[in-house]
Amino acid sequence: MNQNTDMAQRYWRRNLQIIFSYLVIWFVVSFGCGILFVDELNQFNLFGFKLGYWFANQGSILVFSILTIGYAVRMNRLDNEFDVHE
Amino acid sequence: MSLEQLTYIFVVGSFFIYIAIAFWSRASSTREFYVAGGGVTPLANGMATAADWMSAASFISLAGIISFAGYDASGYIMGWTGGYVLLALLLAPYLRKFGKFTVPDFVGDRYYSNVARIVAVICVMFISFTYISGQMRGTGIVFSRFLQVEIDTGIMIGMAVVFVYAVLGGMKGITYTQVAQYCVMIFAFTVPALFLTFSMTGHLLPQTGLGATLDNGLPVLDHLDGLVTELGFASFTQGSKSSIDMFFITAALMFGTAGLPHVIVRFFTVPRVRDARISAAWALVFIAVLYSSIPAVAAFGRINLIETVNGADNKGTPYEQMPQWFKKWENAGLIAWYDHNADGRTQYAAGDAFTGRQHKPIYWGASDDKVARNFYFNQRHVINPSSGEFDPQIQPFANEIYVDPDIMVLANPEIAELPDWVIALIAAGAMAAALSTAAGLLLVIATSVSHDLLKKTIRPNITDRQELLAARAAAMVAVLVAGYLGMNPPDYVAAVVALAFGLACASFFPAIIMGIFYQRMNKYGAISGMLVGLLSTIGYIVYFKFMGGEPEDWLLGISPEGFGALGMVLNFIVAYLVAHLTPEPPKHIQQIVQDIRVPRNSGSAYY
Repeated sequence: MNQNTDMAQRYWRRNLQIIFSYLVIWFVVSFGCGILFVDELNQFNLFGFKLGYWFANQGSILVFSILTIGYAVRMNRLDNEFDVHE
Repeated sequence: MSLEQLTYIFVVGSFFIYIAIAFWSRASSTREFYVAGGGVTPLANGMATAADWMSAASFISLAGIISFAGYDASGYIMGWTGGYVLLALLLAPYLRKFGKFTVPDFVGDRYYSNVARIVAVICVMFISFTYISGQMRGTGIVFSRFLQVEIDTGIMIGMAVVFVYAVLGGMKGITYTQVAQYCVMIFAFTVPALFLTFSMTGHLLPQTGLGATLDNGLPVLDHLDGLVTELGFASFTQGSKSSIDMFFITAALMFGTAGLPHVIVRFFTVPRVRDARISAAWALVFIAVLYSSIPAVAAFGRINLIETVNGADNKGTPYEQMPQWFKKWENAGLIAWYDHNADGRTQYAAGDAFTGRQHKPIYWGASDDKVARNFYFNQRHVINPSSGEFDPQIQPFANEIYVDPDIMVLANPEIAELPDWVIALIAAGAMAAALSTAAGLLLVIATSVSHDLLKKTIRPNITDRQELLAARAAAMVAVLVAGYLGMNPPDYVAAVVALAFGLACASFFPAIIMGIFYQRMNKYGAISGMLVGLLSTIGYIVYFKFMGGEPEDWLLGISPEGFGALGMVLNFIVAYLVAHLTPEPPKHIQQIVQDIRVPRNSGSAYY
């Protein structure tokens, strides 16, 4: 039982690290690039878009999708690693 | 075949499909009625979630809002997709592991308190009824625009259809109808968007077409910026809202999305925790297909509108040369023209062409009244033109046009000169968007009554059969109430929707997050946090939206739409402080928290 709880603790800490790093990216692309630094980024051009505008209206959606897919793949693998899968 | 016949075939045909699916997958137990038996595949659940989420507003109105507000409306794009990252990472897997039927179930059990459960039920009811009245109204509007029936008649037809398949099929039925509805709506939105992109830029995809270079050598967005600033509007790609306001509005929409009960409950329907993660990813991908093409539709629509109305030389187009779609939607009351400078040409620029509330045109006589036509050009006669004054420093002429934002999606196929069946498809797609969301909300309301109020609070001894009966009865009553609200919409629809998101953000989201990630959180903290979030948000929105508060007095410059995010922060702080001054939660509750963090044995929670 103790060993199990210890295992569960380590699994949870690992999960929290992953969540944290993904949420940093989530925050940076939307609130960072799309809102707080949008004027600075709009000085740059990307394929005909002002960069800040692109992040707010296109890039953020793309990154969000990649993040959720990445999290599903990563966590489903972690479940197997810690043998907590179903 | 006429357009009207085609539209009837598409709409009625899709109704038959939905009802047939619901009949084939009707629910026979509460578990099937509430969570589709927990056996939905991640792919199907992803599609159903996307249909559940994308409402009449996403389908018809969002492109128009972005078209006129430009960058300022980015909060909708980021908020309504970014919320799914939070759902996928912070909520869906753990709530699936918890494995009950409703959101109040989680709040009530985790905080071992029926008070918490009742507070949650009240929030669910408020959020869902606010939302569903908009959806019912949406079906009525689609009917009235495409099939020339009265809005109220359209609402009743919509009620009848939802009634049949939601009451009969329960969650199991609506899941598979939502899959069909997603396919209809994504096809209906994407086909005109692809054609429009291709005809404007030669690109196939709206997402790349928005960055394309036009014949005049300018990128689409630079061209649009030039056009609108010349006419006195704010730049399309640069906002006029303050950064802090944008920040809070986006946050409120994002956290609110993650806290919406009808979306959360969809993740109870998959078999395993890993499926919850996968289906959250699918849902966002399916939503992204539509949302990422919306900015392109918005930008092309605005360019088309300006160039059609103002003409190539930017002096206005003689009214008799206006294309057919302009006159058609003028008859429907979505576009209006008043010739301020009496030159016989239509001109579109900044400013309001009409006076009064919302600056909508008020017509004299019905659309088919030949006498109530303007003497000169036979356009519809309006009785509330504005003064027509303008500043020549800012714009070349006064604005003479009123445009309803919905036109950007509704008129697209005609602007791109697409065949009639595509127009008929838009009607079926808009209907699918409205019905799928309405059904999802309906089910959440019915479940709250039969499960959270009846079974868990008032009469714990009822059998499964009785509970199922109660759920169906509750769904019936909810349809009637929703229909009534749709026919008599609250005066300030937009303000009420802000309230729904604000409440989801300030009440549910923190309560659920702390329930999962903070083992020490107890019922005292959670309840006081929810109440503080709820009351502060309601108070702020009511004061500034309904009691005449002035924007100068906004706290830190945050508009009422964004206040939910601050309410959420208050919720977290109060909950944390109160939890530390009161006893920690009982051992068995702490064990539940440990349990939901680990995927294994999620099936057992049901029995």
